[in-house]
Amino acid sequence: MTDRWAVLSLALVVAAAIIVGIVFAERATVKRVLLGIDRLSTFIGQAGSWTIIALTLAIAYDVSARRFFRAPTDWGYDVSYMLYGVLFMLAGAYALSRNGHVRGDFLYRNFRPSLQAKFDLTLYILFFFPAIMAFMIAGWHFFDSSFMQNERSSVSPTGPLVWPFKFLIPLVGFLLLLQGLVEVVRCVQCIRSGEWPQRLSDVEELEKQILAAAEAKGAEALAVEMARGGEAAVLSTAHLSEDRAARDPGPRHPHS
Amino acid sequence: MSDPALGLTQLLLFLFFIMLGFPIAFTLMAMGLFFGYLGMQERVFDLLVVRTYAVMANDVLISIPLFVFMGYIIERANILDRLFRSLQLASGGLPGSLAVATLATCALFATATGIVGAVVTLMGLLAFPAMLRAGYDPKLAAGVTCAGGCLGILIPPSIMLILYGATAGVSVVQLYAAAFIPGVSLALLYMVYVIGIGILRPEMAPRLPPEERNVPIGKIVLALITSFFPLAFLIASVLGSIIMGLATPSEAAAMGSLGSIILAVVYRAFTWTKLKESVFLTARTSAMVCWLFVGSYIFSSVFGYLGGQSVVEEFVKSLPLNSFTFMLLAQAIIFILGWPLEWTEIIVIFVPIFLPLLDDFGISPIFFGIMVALNLQTSFLSPPVAMACFYLKGVAPPSVRLEDIFKGCMPFIYIVVFCMLMVYAFPGLVTWLPETLYSAEAPAPGAPGLLDAAPAGGFQEQEEIRLPALN
Repeated sequence: MTDRWAVLSLALVVAAAIIVGIVFAERATVKRVLLGIDRLSTFIGQAGSWTIIALTLAIAYDVSARRFFRAPTDWGYDVSYMLYGVLFMLAGAYALSRNGHVRGDFLYRNFRPSLQAKFDLTLYILFFFPAIMAFMIAGWHFFDSSFMQNERSSVSPTGPLVWPFKFLIPLVGFLLLLQGLVEVVRCVQCIRSGEWPQRLSDVEELEKQILAAAEAKGAEALAVEMARGGEAAVLSTAHLSEDRAARDPGPRHPHS
Repeated sequence: MSDPALGLTQLLLFLFFIMLGFPIAFTLMAMGLFFGYLGMQERVFDLLVVRTYAVMANDVLISIPLFVFMGYIIERANILDRLFRSLQLASGGLPGSLAVATLATCALFATATGIVGAVVTLMGLLAFPAMLRAGYDPKLAAGVTCAGGCLGILIPPSIMLILYGATAGVSVVQLYAAAFIPGVSLALLYMVYVIGIGILRPEMAPRLPPEERNVPIGKIVLALITSFFPLAFLIASVLGSIIMGLATPSEAAAMGSLGSIILAVVYRAFTWTKLKESVFLTARTSAMVCWLFVGSYIFSSVFGYLGGQSVVEEFVKSLPLNSFTFMLLAQAIIFILGWPLEWTEIIVIFVPIFLPLLDDFGISPIFFGIMVALNLQTSFLSPPVAMACFYLKGVAPPSVRLEDIFKGCMPFIYIVVFCMLMVYAFPGLVTWLPETLYSAEAPAPGAPGLLDAAPAGGFQEQEEIRLPALN
């Protein structure tokens, strides 16, 4: 690679950031910065997630135009895979910030939190940062060569520009690096305190909401509520108890 | 170290690292890069990006976020409650009627949402206490709730089959057509089992009191029209348009999402908050699945490049296996993998190892996929990581013990195994529908295809273009 020095210095910056994060994990400034990164990942992921609506509408329009008006669009195919790509790529760091990436956790879930954090910390440094660094840098070259040619899509007559779509790879690589930093510091805090620090939370899977509500109110009370008010009642109860949990600053086990 | 040895090391180390609980997508990516760098130096970085881009521009995976979105909307559409009550009215006369109604509700709702946890917890609050109140055996009630909730990942349109289609490179449409009869038969077998229990051992599943049994037909029909038919119609039109070839899976999924929003609006359950929740959850779930694909693509490309795949293939071929024992072995391995792992990981990471072997044993990848899909039903029900059982335990009255729930699931695991044997003995259950619909003869597995044999008359030697001499 011709840019060996750039890669090396980038690696040093990342390493320095990890060390600063670990050493000063309890400083207020560090915490504020990390919270800011968490919010950034969330904001970008949530903004990107609205593409699902656009994707639904675009495909529905394309289908209706083709089926019922015999006027197929020439942009439908490109737009649909691009929206889908934007959706899951931008949500990568967001999912990481919510512990949403699937783990093989049949042993892990029974570990003490501090042991979990030790494993996580090691593997973040060993696996995550090198891989995502490579992902970001190789992605940049991939984008760069596409940008130089002003590459256009070759699968449809309109041929929209492809390089902005390819730019997602280095961009998301960068976001993942940032979010990884947050996770590393979270691991350090957990190793020190023995409990996982709380995550930002917006919305959880329904089953998690319901399980939390069942734990808080008792399963039987919840079932009675369901029998009386239908699932609408349970959904709103579950929602309320989740809201409380989100505001509650106490630590929560991520897999509970 | 030679390349194939590197490949094997890669696989074995991965099996170790997966147990440490780190997010699998990144474990796969890192190990693929590391071993790829050892085998092909810096070209592995290009491979990484190209494989990532292949996931980003993949037109099969587009339907995943759309189906997931549809599921989240329906999950919040206040429909389950009505559905269960109306099916309970409709099945009132049958032995074990509550259990039958639970299974039917689960099958329909789970098919529409495809999210196991949500179905089991909701039904655990709705149907499970109702069955206990009616004097059902808690084990039976638990088994019914858990087994019913898992049907959604099998009966099409299911996300599992899209994942399998994308992994195995087979048509999702054909998979849907192939899975339809086995999926519905499994649900029917469950129902036959509980009806049998209701007849043979009425103390485990007592009949409803007569005043609840004799409901006027008009009332039943009205209840069904307002709850059962709209949802059934939505699913039938999504699935029907895919299977009949009127729409691609992603088109049908987009229309289905719109339909589910309309359904939610009609049931007055469509609020801004719910939409927002569904949208955010869709993004996270899609990210989880698609990043797993990114990791697994690079991992398996490197594994294939290093020749690890052919070592595995040589090894399996050297074993004294025929097509039946191979199938048995593969399914047994997947069954065991289902204890600790979830179906996403099994489909995306482990199934690709079996796929190249199918050809050697003359098994069609579609048939294999349906067997895997049936098999993975058990992964939610079998301890120690029986997610469905833990979800139910979380919402069940404290008197119901986890062991009882496990025990209650056992008969349903046997039914799944029975269903697999049935499908294996009568492969027509899988192949009949796709063959009837897509009449172009699928080549028999192992038979020489168009490209395997020389054309009639042999190959013609290409005429060489001779350039005139330059001087």
